[in-house]
Amino acid sequence: MAGAKPKPEKLSSVDYHPPSQSWMDVPPNVRPGTFNWAANPANAAYLDLPHVRKWQPTDEDWKLPDNWQQIVLEGLADRLQKYRSLKLFMDICVRCGACADKCHFFLGSGDPKNMPVLRAELLRSVYRRDFTTAGKILGKLAGARPLTPQVIKEWFLYFYQCTECRRCSVFCPYGIDTAEITMMGRELLNSIGLGIDWITTPAANCFRTGNHLGIQPHGFKDSLDFAVDELAEITGVRVEAPINRKGAEILFVSPSADYFASPHYYTLLGYLALFHEIGLDYTWSAYASEGGNFGLFHSSDMMKRLNAKIYAEARRLGVKWILGGECGHMWRVLHQYMDTMNGPADFLEEPVSPITGTKFDHARATKMVHICEFTSDLIANGKLKLEKSRNDNVRVTFHDSCNPARAMGLLDEPRYCIDHACNHFFEMPENTIREQTFCCGSGSGIGTDENFEMRMRGGFPRANAVKYVHEIHGVNMLACICAIDKATLPPLLEFWVPGVEVCGVHELIGNALVMKGEHRVSDLRGEPLPGQAGADGEGAADQPAEKEVSKDV
Amino acid sequence: MRALFSLSVVAVVVLLTIAAVATSGGRFFVGTILPYAAIATFLVGMIYRVLHWARSPVPFKITTTCGQQRSLSWIKHDNLESPHNLWGVLGRMALEVLFFRSLFRNTKAELKDGPRLVYGDARWLWLGGLAFHWSFLVIFVRHFKFFVEPVPGWVSGIQELDGFFQIGLPIFYITDGILLAAITYLFFRRVVNPQLRYLSLAGDYFPLLLIGGLATSGVIMRHTSLRVDITDVKLLATGLISLDPVVPESLGAVFFVHLTMLSVLLLYFPFSKLVHMAGVFFSPTRNMSNNNREQRHINPWNYPVKVHTYEEWEDEFRDVMKAADMPLEKDVETK
Ligand code: SF4
Ligand code: SF4
Repeated sequence: MAGAKPKPEKLSSVDYHPPSQSWMDVPPNVRPGTFNWAANPANAAYLDLPHVRKWQPTDEDWKLPDNWQQIVLEGLADRLQKYRSLKLFMDICVRCGACADKCHFFLGSGDPKNMPVLRAELLRSVYRRDFTTAGKILGKLAGARPLTPQVIKEWFLYFYQCTECRRCSVFCPYGIDTAEITMMGRELLNSIGLGIDWITTPAANCFRTGNHLGIQPHGFKDSLDFAVDELAEITGVRVEAPINRKGAEILFVSPSADYFASPHYYTLLGYLALFHEIGLDYTWSAYASEGGNFGLFHSSDMMKRLNAKIYAEARRLGVKWILGGECGHMWRVLHQYMDTMNGPADFLEEPVSPITGTKFDHARATKMVHICEFTSDLIANGKLKLEKSRNDNVRVTFHDSCNPARAMGLLDEPRYCIDHACNHFFEMPENTIREQTFCCGSGSGIGTDENFEMRMRGGFPRANAVKYVHEIHGVNMLACICAIDKATLPPLLEFWVPGVEVCGVHELIGNALVMKGEHRVSDLRGEPLPGQAGADGEGAADQPAEKEVSKDV
Repeated sequence: MRALFSLSVVAVVVLLTIAAVATSGGRFFVGTILPYAAIATFLVGMIYRVLHWARSPVPFKITTTCGQQRSLSWIKHDNLESPHNLWGVLGRMALEVLFFRSLFRNTKAELKDGPRLVYGDARWLWLGGLAFHWSFLVIFVRHFKFFVEPVPGWVSGIQELDGFFQIGLPIFYITDGILLAAITYLFFRRVVNPQLRYLSLAGDYFPLLLIGGLATSGVIMRHTSLRVDITDVKLLATGLISLDPVVPESLGAVFFVHLTMLSVLLLYFPFSKLVHMAGVFFSPTRNMSNNNREQRHINPWNYPVKVHTYEEWEDEFRDVMKAADMPLEKDVETK
């Protein structure tokens, strides 16, 4: 919404009182700043999506296909047959409300339909009417309602106001995962041509070129070459960034934002420095150059289509195993779906660190290891020389990205890396980290400018916790391990907590890493390197960390 | 409104029962036919539900991890919150089913001026839920004494423990009080909290009121002048389970109201949210282990999708790749 960005004062008065009429009677309000533009027809067509047409959420008539109700209901029936999760979650919610104030969108907007339980009821009410006896007989009394165009508009609004972060699932006594329901809801919407552009277009780009911006392979190479030059300038060490190199031991896959966007780019420099320093025999791939999976936000089929490239490329290149960079949704797909969808990866070997000999036997089937797991192992085995004082200009806190936290349980590895890369690390309040972490508010493909207001609202609980450590401990850097976070947290913090910047964990590692033959005066961002004058490169790295971790409130 | 509606349904159940027991046909109906129908519906319904869920596969392993995964040997793994093996899963489920682990995590968020979100403990729901379910279970078990002769030792044991404080005569069972208090809390919570009221359906108030009525009628029968003769209750109960029902004359309206409410509860059970009792065991986010990368999970309906193969990709970009000196599979001349 060009020009009309709201101010923090406006968004910070939230009314948590629901309206007086029943939620079924409250029509969806497609208000600027709270929705995403419809999919670009050309890109939807490129992906062979159904019912491609020109329309916008602001139109009165969404030009639904003639038999849209039939398509949706048959699609729902089909998914009930395919997913026990969906079937079960339709039946067993007791509407206890434990999930209600756990969703960042509800906390930031006060809109009762953003309570996870009601978000699910949007679909459940249709399920009841068409798939349960009580609903057929008792109708509205049993919480059932017919599928109308209005219901579809409501689905569109609220299923694209859920970042599929699964925070609600942590608190639900039955583990009801509203993200599962949102995913099904989005699949149904897409089956009648109601996709959004910031999912469809990157998905089409990833499918075609390998990265979300649609930059062609030589552009990818340029980008890596440029990074190599820049790293040489900063460190005096010229590293290599091999692409599509057959016979490398390890294939490295990261989100494409790492080489096209900032501050992701500094994390990329960190990877390159690290891999060079340990002499890793690895390769990038231009074909599988995107780990981030926009398909996850679209449909199970699309997720599988995009993810397929990684195993296919590992096989073609003949690598032994796969290493993955800092990315949230990418890791949800890699951890929970990849092996099932596109495995078995029996042409690969069980991952073993070539530097330390550690067997990553928890990844023995998927054959894919997270970079934080890999780096922690290097640190624990004393393979890296890290000069923590080089990060003394930052006072760091860590944002657990939703997916590595709640879909992987990757909690301590990044903290271990940070702990060994900087002297000043502070935890945010307990209710807002680890499995209870708050979403950036822009995940799952809704981090667009037109959706700005909703993003700022949804990100408010996260920003609020950052503000706390900013004020108490002077935190000025928020580290995270997710490409979407790196893209969306900077505007969020600028809005709510000016003065805090965002970095990747491997940017901190890259800064602290003492490389053989290096000569550094600036950090990876080109800022003067702190501690550089005093550090003679000996001893300091081995000192145990002075603990400044606070876990109050 | 929805609460009032549910209340009137419960009232109608009570009144109909009272009217019915005035006639001998009615007594026979609420004393035998209705309980049989209720038990049959409950059993068949619940089995149907469970099979209905079980018929749909679990295509992906979608554990919600609430703790550290098992990864490097020196990183402390939380096997209860992020289980990687069967023991962990069993432990996690036991914590969930017996102690409502997830609800115990509950917090409430409040927006203060600043603006600042502050979080407080919100364990009342956990406590209320736990108190309600456990006392219901104990009361249920206590009722075994009506069905079996001799009464098994553990049943009387529970009963004695329950009457431990020896308040009143006949002894007041603690669980009766806890159940009534918990259910009152759970009901008023829904009515008073605006958000909960907003999301509650008639089906959320109805079981609370019904169970409240069930417990109240039980307490009345035990502690007021409307007291019933236990031997007659036992006669009816054993008659029912031996499929040779008798409806003793002495049993009055309160008893039948109690029995009818129980029957209605059983009838209602399989068609309502109360199926969470069985459903909780099936939840894929809780009953699966987080060993996705260690052990392959099979999706029974996995099927091939259209992908962009490497060959197609290279064909499309060969020229630019060649110009950039990137490795190629097929170095064919194109113009
Ligand atoms: S916490 Fe679970 S059971 Fe309770 S309302 Fe939310 S989804 Fe339903
Ligand atoms: S998954 Fe996240 S965004 Fe979606 S309803 Fe749950 S808490 Fe809200």
